[in-house]
Amino acid sequence: MDGEAYDVLIIGAGVVGTAIARDLARHPLRAALVDAAADVGEGTSKANTAILHTGFDATPGTLESRLVRRGHDLLRDYAARAGIPVERTGAILVAWTEEQRDALPALAEKAAANGYHATELITPEECYRREPHLGPGALGGLVVPDEGIICPWTTPIAYATEAVRAGADLRLNTRVTGVTPGPEGHEVHTGRGVLRTRYLINAAGLYGDAIDRMLGHAAFTVTPRRGQLIVFDKLSRPLAAHILLPVPTAMGKGVLVAPTVYGNVMLGPTAEDLDDKTATGSTAAGLAMLREKGAAILPELLEEEVTAVYAGLRAATEHADYQITAHAEQRYVTVGGIRSTGLTASLAIAEHVRGLLAEAGLPLGEPRESTPPRMPNLGEAFPRPYERADLIAADPAYGEIVCHCERVTRGEIRDALHADVPARTPGGLSRRTRATNGRCQAFYCGAEVRALLEAATTGERNA
Amino acid sequence: MTEARTERAVDVLIVGAGPAGLSAATELARAGAGTVEVIEREQAAGGIPRHSRHTGYGLRDLHRILTGPSYARHHIEAALAAGAHLRTGVTVTGWSPLPGASARTESGASSGPGHRRAVPPAAPGLTAPRAAAWADQTGAAGRSGSAWGEGRDAAPLVVTTTGPGGLERIRARAVLLATGARERPRSARLVPGSRPAGVYTTGQLQQEVYVRHQRIGRRAVVVGTEHVAYSAALTLRHAGVEVRALLTDLPRQQSYAAFHHALRLAYTIPVLAAHTVTAIHGRDRVTGVGVRRPDGTEAVIACDTVVFTGDWIPDHELARRAGLAIDPGTRGPAVTATLSTTHPGVFAAGNLVHPVETADNAALAGRAAARSILAHLNAAPPTTPSASGTTLAASPTSDLVPVRAGGALRWAAPNLLHPDARPDRDRLILWAATIAHHPHIEIRQKDRVLWSTRRHRPLVPGRPYYLPSHWLPAIDPHGAPIEITTV
Repeated sequence: MDGEAYDVLIIGAGVVGTAIARDLARHPLRAALVDAAADVGEGTSKANTAILHTGFDATPGTLESRLVRRGHDLLRDYAARAGIPVERTGAILVAWTEEQRDALPALAEKAAANGYHATELITPEECYRREPHLGPGALGGLVVPDEGIICPWTTPIAYATEAVRAGADLRLNTRVTGVTPGPEGHEVHTGRGVLRTRYLINAAGLYGDAIDRMLGHAAFTVTPRRGQLIVFDKLSRPLAAHILLPVPTAMGKGVLVAPTVYGNVMLGPTAEDLDDKTATGSTAAGLAMLREKGAAILPELLEEEVTAVYAGLRAATEHADYQITAHAEQRYVTVGGIRSTGLTASLAIAEHVRGLLAEAGLPLGEPRESTPPRMPNLGEAFPRPYERADLIAADPAYGEIVCHCERVTRGEIRDALHADVPARTPGGLSRRTRATNGRCQAFYCGAEVRALLEAATTGERNA
Repeated sequence: MTEARTERAVDVLIVGAGPAGLSAATELARAGAGTVEVIEREQAAGGIPRHSRHTGYGLRDLHRILTGPSYARHHIEAALAAGAHLRTGVTVTGWSPLPGASARTESGASSGPGHRRAVPPAAPGLTAPRAAAWADQTGAAGRSGSAWGEGRDAAPLVVTTTGPGGLERIRARAVLLATGARERPRSARLVPGSRPAGVYTTGQLQQEVYVRHQRIGRRAVVVGTEHVAYSAALTLRHAGVEVRALLTDLPRQQSYAAFHHALRLAYTIPVLAAHTVTAIHGRDRVTGVGVRRPDGTEAVIACDTVVFTGDWIPDHELARRAGLAIDPGTRGPAVTATLSTTHPGVFAAGNLVHPVETADNAALAGRAAARSILAHLNAAPPTTPSASGTTLAASPTSDLVPVRAGGALRWAAPNLLHPDARPDRDRLILWAATIAHHPHIEIRQKDRVLWSTRRHRPLVPGRPYYLPSHWLPAIDPHGAPIEITTV
């Protein structure tokens, strides 16, 4: 593979990198998407709060504000076409102190400055009418009706699938170790040889600063900010109808409670600045803090069983805004400092980057018509295969439930193992099907799911 | 077209083909209870024993000792020979209203994004005021509170299923829930640290080793010292894995001395009491388990495999979704002495009700449930449920008294008591929350002591503890909840 030449190469197959790949692959360009991990969306993208933001609370006038607003509309439309589960639950910012209550009107004004005018200030009584299980002491709320929840796993897989179908090369397990710029293009050194490309895009997330330094820039430093999250049993889902957001104050952003599209309720995140970009572990102190905060917001939630605990690292930088910069002379674009809003903004970021590339002299050519792939539905708000008589009649494998907690069928697992961007790891299979993600955490189905995965990957090695 | 269900009717529907469900099916079919159908979501019937290759099954119900798979086979063959229908690979997905009734409460009926609720209101078995009082008294209101007094058109005697043959809606004159229990996984125990591969429960471990013959690892730490921890250790040894230690945060191990010494002598496995797991280490694969020792110092035990054992939680999803009263101690459905739940015609048995007893005790509980179901069928007119979905007029729970466990006790079962109803084998099962030597157990109803007893046997978490039920006639059926506590 040494010496293969691309028009454009994207480093990082998270939600941002895959979105850019999808966007560029529609054009007559040789595009490559490279990631050190074994799957797309394997870093920050897989472990976020899964909220489809309106951007109501962004800082007005920033690039983030603009791209989140635009991205929200683009992704909502794309999700509907690709079958990515989205639920428009709405959010309520609940004020628990007088300081927080007094901050609500200014937040409504900020939302308006961001172009979002549908917020609504509500009384404590109204808070309890809309969320009867809230803990005592709510002093008021601000409703943001268009905030929603989305499947963070399907989204980058859908983008990558569309990119691959359009001809982009997806190179996983390929760590970038160095970049040598040259007059004709860049030599990208990887653990699997050298790749050549005319244009280079850095969407490396947590490692974006390291890649930037390979090109001679030091515009930002990534400080991983860890967010620990607790996911509660599906039986807790009736406790929370909306995303329950904290009111941001001088003391920080605080902890939220949100339903998930899989039918669970999530509590988190923590916000801990670290210096280790691999520290995705949970801590006793972090979990205790979440449980204490959660008990105040939704006391009954804490009586339910915990299904999963995980932690993600946001690529925070010393800058408040996204760090998206084109270096035309180097034919290089950095897409850095994309934090938790990156999922929502992803399609708008891709659009923006495409514009920067064109300005930097990349002839894009006419885009082809491209239809989003139809992704397997992982959301509880839409019929899943085990509920569909038509699917089961056509293929009984959709009636064979393998993962009982999440009701994942043999047919869905088979499909994920043979998709255009196939599952090749236990985590990859879980993110494509939900298998083993449920309350028993593989007590019942772990052995069988492992056997199915190993059969698919062994066959590949022997082929 | 997503909702094309085959409509069927049976006399008794049993959910779960483990020892309890199969024993009940055998007993019911032999007694001529009509169509008895057992639905099992796994591909093979038999329940947990079929994953457990060691011997020791069947002493109490079959009066001989078998390996797990032989024991499972025995119960499958007995149920089939008696004429029960056994369907594997079919999942009961929820409860359904009858056709024509409001679809509002149907679990699985999507009414669009954001509107589907995980726990639909369903018909309660208690009369609403009594249920509210019960919920207040027991503190069990929260999770199922919204279900009370709502959903009168739902019918917990009609279930929906999914299988390779399609979707069904099955009506039954009686339903037995025998869905068993599982071990709490690492996440539910809130054990911090990274999330590498190599973290197991005994259930997953035994299926990988005995059913799938998959590779496990080289060195393991077992968390827990209940009987099942010793079973996990044997499984690991069978798979060629070195067991570095069994850990418990309790001051001593919890299994019987015979198991404990046999394992220690045969394999020289250290059993570390008063050791708390503080973290899981490792990125892709486990590299060690962090522990806090009794003296407060911390250490990491190097290993590539960790097995979390015991710490049982009943598989109560169907019970919860039916709106049945849930016992706050067992977290399974609250049951009467005759294993009836708070909905008429819905029964529960086995480790769903008492998480957990040995397989033979679960099987005996299944037989006891069968006798109650027969009585229910004989008392009820042999017609199928009425169109409104409500089945029996009289609530069996109108003068039942709930039980609360306290002190060193976590739960008691049965846990809805009546002075005239004697439980199977004339005993209550208790479960310890902590170790108590020579426990002084007191049973009270408000200010009245019904029985006070000092016992020789210690209370040990993980070991069922039995208490005679001769004091039941002293219960005031309209009185306060019964408290069973150590004093």
